[in-house]
Amino acid sequence: MSEFKVNKTVDEINEKIKNGEAVVVNAEEMIDIVEKKGIVDAARTVDVVTTGTFGTMCSSGAVINFGHTKPKIKAAKVWLNDVEAYGAVAAVDAYIGATSVKKDDPLNAVHPGRFSYGGGHVIEDLIAGKKINLAAEGYGTDCYPSKYIEMEMTINDLKEATLMNLRNSYQNYSVAINTTDKTVYTYMGTLKPRMANATYSSAGQLSPLMNDPFYLTIGIGSRIFLAGTEGYVVYHGTQHNPNEERNKRGVPKTGAGALSVMGDMKSMKDKYIKGASILGYGVSLSVGVGVPIPILNEEMAFFTSIKDEEIDAYIYDYGYDYPRKIDNNYGLTNYKDLRSGEITVGAKKIPATPLSSYYMAVDIAEVLKQWIMDKRFYITQPTQLLPQSKDYKPMKYTKYCL
Amino acid sequence: MVSKKIMLRFPKEISDKPFASDLSRKYNLTFNIMSAQIFPRKEGHLIIELIGEQKNFDEGIEYLKDNGVEIQFIEDSITKDEEKCYHCGFCLPVCPTKALVIENRKTMKVELHKENCIACGYCVKVCPVKAIELSEFA
Repeated sequence: MSEFKVNKTVDEINEKIKNGEAVVVNAEEMIDIVEKKGIVDAARTVDVVTTGTFGTMCSSGAVINFGHTKPKIKAAKVWLNDVEAYGAVAAVDAYIGATSVKKDDPLNAVHPGRFSYGGGHVIEDLIAGKKINLAAEGYGTDCYPSKYIEMEMTINDLKEATLMNLRNSYQNYSVAINTTDKTVYTYMGTLKPRMANATYSSAGQLSPLMNDPFYLTIGIGSRIFLAGTEGYVVYHGTQHNPNEERNKRGVPKTGAGALSVMGDMKSMKDKYIKGASILGYGVSLSVGVGVPIPILNEEMAFFTSIKDEEIDAYIYDYGYDYPRKIDNNYGLTNYKDLRSGEITVGAKKIPATPLSSYYMAVDIAEVLKQWIMDKRFYITQPTQLLPQSKDYKPMKYTKYCL
Repeated sequence: MVSKKIMLRFPKEISDKPFASDLSRKYNLTFNIMSAQIFPRKEGHLIIELIGEQKNFDEGIEYLKDNGVEIQFIEDSITKDEEKCYHCGFCLPVCPTKALVIENRKTMKVELHKENCIACGYCVKVCPVKAIELSEFA
C-alpha cells in the first residue's frame, strides 16, 4: 500500500512523452499550479517539472584525449593555450581543470589580480570551435619516444572531449558579507567593507536540488541538460552532505547536496558555458545545468512547488570568519529578500546581488521543457540514488505546510 | 534642460585655465565634479555632469573644444556586449551610480543605463566574462 494518493512511474511518464501527452512545466510555473490545484491534483496533472541553474562552479573541468602522435608521446605535462592540464594519466589523456591559470599570469602579485585566461576559458574556446595550441612534454620511453609535441587543433581533432565536473548544482549556498574594514575580492565577488553589500549564488526556486531536496528522483544515471546538450549525473558531487540543517520545507539552509556531472563537449553550446575571470580570486567556469524532475506522486508536486520565500540561507562573513575557518554566521535570510535586492543583517539593511544567473536558469528550464515536449529528451530512473538524508520520511514535510 | 556626464582631457598647455568656472559664468551651466586628476606631466582629466539649457550646453561644449579640451560623452564610451553578458550580477555591487542594475526582479536581467555611468571602470575589472568595455581617450 503506497503512502501516496498519486502513483506514477518514470516509464509511464516516458510513455506520455512519447505520445505527446506529457504535461511539462518549469519550476516557476509549478508554484502557481500547486497553489491553485493543491498537491494531489497538481501531481495528477503535471508529469515533469524542469529546473535550471547557471553559476560559476570551480570544481569543473574536461577530460581530453588528443590521439597518438607520430612518433608517440607519453605526455606527462600538457598545456592548452599555455594553460596547464593534468597529464599524469595515460599517454594522450589529460584533464584541464577550470581553475588552472595561464603560464606567467601575474596572479595576485598586483592585488586584485585579473586572471584574464585559464582553464575555464580553454573549455569555452574548445566548445566554441576555436583553434587551441596544444603542447606536451614527455620523458621518453621505448614505447613512447617523443619528448615534445606542439600543434594547433580544434575540438574536432580530439578523440574525446568530455566535460567532467566533480561538483555542480550545489543545493543552496552561503550568502556572503564582509565585516572587515577593507574590500575583499572573493569567489563570492567583491565584498565591500563594513557590511556594505551581500552576494548570493543560487537560482533559488529554479535550482535543481531545491526542487528535489531529498534526492528522490535525481541520482546516478539521471539524464540532464548540461551546457546545451544532454549530459548525465555520474555520482554525488564532492562535499555532498545530505545531513545539513533543513527548514520546514525540507530544504537545507546552506550548501548541502551536489551533483557530479559529465557530458560530451562536442555537442555543447558556448552560450551555456562561460570561462570566468574572478577579480582577485582566479579563473572558474560558469556551467548551465538543468534537471527534469518526474512528478511521481503528490510529494514531488509539493517539493517542486518550492518558492523563494521558503528557501532560507545562512549569512557568512567572507572578510574575517571564512578564511580563518571560524564557525560563525550572521543569521538567516531567504531568497525572496535576496532577489528583492535588499536583506537585513542584524539591524542593518544592505544591498544584495546575485552571482548565479537567474535569467539564464529560466532559459535553461525552458529549453529543457521544449526538448521533452519535442520528444527529444526522456526521463531516466536513476540506477542508484545519491547518499540520502536521515531526515526524510514519506510525506513528513507536506503536513507542515498544508 | 539637458544633463550629461562628460570626460574632459586637458593637454598640459591648458591645464591651468579655469574652464569649469567659465562654463558656469559665461554659459550659465551647472557642473558637478565626479572625478578630477592631474597627471605627472600636468595633463588633466575631469569627469563632470554638465547641466543647463540645450543652447547654452552646446555653446559651452563648443567653447571647450575651441580651446583644445578633448571631450568624450561617457554614454558613448561604455558598452555592454549582450552576447557575452549572461546576467550573473558580479558587476552590481561595484557600480557606484546604479548604471548597472536589475530593474525587473522577475527576469533578473542586468541592464546598463549609460546615462548614469561615470566611467569609473570598476565593472570592467569585475565582469567575469569581459562583457563591459570602456573606451579611453585616443
